[in-house]
Amino acid sequence: MATHILDEDFQPYQWLSEFSQQMPAGRDGAAASFIGTMRDYNDDATVRTMTLEHYPAMTQRYLEQLEKQAKTDWPLNDCLIVHRVGEVFPGEAIVLIGCWSAHRRAALDACNWLIEELKYKAPFWKKEQNPSGERWVESNTDGL
Amino acid sequence: MSIQVKFFASLRESLGQSETTVEQASTVTEVWDLATQSATPPNNLLVAVNLDYANMQSQVKDGDEVAFFPPVTGG
Repeated sequence: MATHILDEDFQPYQWLSEFSQQMPAGRDGAAASFIGTMRDYNDDATVRTMTLEHYPAMTQRYLEQLEKQAKTDWPLNDCLIVHRVGEVFPGEAIVLIGCWSAHRRAALDACNWLIEELKYKAPFWKKEQNPSGERWVESNTDGL
Repeated sequence: MSIQVKFFASLRESLGQSETTVEQASTVTEVWDLATQSATPPNNLLVAVNLDYANMQSQVKDGDEVAFFPPVTGG
């Protein structure tokens, strides 16, 4: 299991590749992943950049708790969470979640649960910078 | 007695402070009132005590860290 909070751009597919290469060959029959990236629009407005604020100690602790809970609730062999903070530009990755298990259902369901829990409870906050100024994102979209 | 208080995101900006210290309080509500001069708390206010989610009725003690913040929007 691993949890990383990064203050610079990262390449999610490279992270998945490198992380999975450390695993024993033949152990996992399934891998599920979610990658969230920054759009250049929100609510019909152009977004130039976004700043992600967090509560460092609580955020790290909360993400680690999520991983532990996922491994308790599903037969996962491994789990990876990576999340950006700081200034983010359109096209850059914001979050990566990876789950590995013997069979597909555990990996898929755990991955889905992790991103939903993270979005609604992990202490991160987005502030968008657009041509007319800046604004805090007040809530997440409802699982769309 | 000393309780460290932190504010995040839009709440930090609207209150004009990121952190302060409260000397005497037994509940999160008392911490809020002392730290904000009894500002009206937002309806969607979230709170954590020592890095775990709590509520306005939660008890606090010397050395605790209390954080107030708006709904989270990560991911």
